[in-house]
Amino acid sequence: MIYGGKKIFAGLFIFVVLLISPFLANIGKADAQPNPSLNTPAINALATKQCVGSQQFMRTYHMQLLNQWRDQALRHGEYTYVNSQGQKFTISLENTCLKCHSNEQQFCNTCHTYVGVTPYCWECHQKGATQ
Amino acid sequence: MKIERREFLKLGAAVAVGLGGGLTLDVLTKTKPAAAETRTDVAGTRVSSKALHAKRWAMVVDASKFKTEEDFRRVKEACVKAHNIPDFGPDSKHQIKWIWEEPFERTFYGVDDPYLPEAIKKENFPVMCNHCENPPCVRVCPTQATFKRPDGIVGMDYHRCIGCRFCMAACPFGARSFNFVDPRPYIKDINPDFPTRTKGVVEKCNFCMERLDQGLMPVCVEASNGALVFGDLDDPTSDVRKILDTHYAIRRKPELGTGPSVFYLVGGGGAGA
Repeated sequence: MIYGGKKIFAGLFIFVVLLISPFLANIGKADAQPNPSLNTPAINALATKQCVGSQQFMRTYHMQLLNQWRDQALRHGEYTYVNSQGQKFTISLENTCLKCHSNEQQFCNTCHTYVGVTPYCWECHQKGATQ
Repeated sequence: MKIERREFLKLGAAVAVGLGGGLTLDVLTKTKPAAAETRTDVAGTRVSSKALHAKRWAMVVDASKFKTEEDFRRVKEACVKAHNIPDFGPDSKHQIKWIWEEPFERTFYGVDDPYLPEAIKKENFPVMCNHCENPPCVRVCPTQATFKRPDGIVGMDYHRCIGCRFCMAACPFGARSFNFVDPRPYIKDINPDFPTRTKGVVEKCNFCMERLDQGLMPVCVEASNGALVFGDLDDPTSDVRKILDTHYAIRRKPELGTGPSVFYLVGGGGAGA
């Protein structure tokens, strides 16, 4: 028997309960998925609601795509993006992305907050440009 | 059949040459430029196919057409408006300059001949980034945030700029400005179609690369009423080459060997256009 065993085990128990308390507090609750909103005037006005890539592709790879766009436009002067469907788009965060996605709070930030990232796009690029 | 050592070596050499030659040919065919891309648009997409292309963009400044304050103001304001350049006031140390005016002795430093016409010495000249052929700013940039594009434009990637200001020290024309503070609150009339800059990056004239893609001339050229001429230095039929072929133009600090792409017609009757 450990000297002062009761106190030690009680302390350990309290420690473990505190440690897993966030999980205990959320038991049985639905996982609140981020729900980016597509409700902007520019998107509502579109006949077919189609981004430059599929939803799955944009969700997974938009950051890589943006980096690719940046280098392609800025360094090589090629301002035309051809997607997997062969459709062409002008490479411009301001004028191609953000003209549609003008709702930074309800679109960009929902996921960024959920996954805990803080990209600094908005320090230079203007959100919701001409809305 | 027994192969002699000499035979074996000969054979080996032949095989090596064959392989090497094959590789060389392969490389040659691969580096051939791709067939000219058709710029036809797919229906319903938003792409401008009017993009202007050049081997080396250049500008000719007709100094005879920059006489009054108004001539300078028109050009500067067009640039400020298009590129979201903050205004810190004329005497601020935070000033951001893309295109501005300098007196003769600062524009053409070293050309201080005592017998130059007084009128020319008293003139002001519009100056900007020279988009040098051999840009010292690009050479010193530790992050390749500034670079020379295939079309001759010296560009800036603000994402990569770490604000070390080596480029400012290297540029012999003072064409670069540093954002000591967040520029956004100081932009008077914000243009939503162009990004602003952020605190801690160096910025400069970009020869309106974003407009060239839309088939538009740089804003300063458009606003200058023909005092600024823009075109391809590599194309003998371009507007800039036509002027340079028939007029005596000078560049700023040619002795440094940076090869500026901005030419000045000074003291004469101008391009007569």
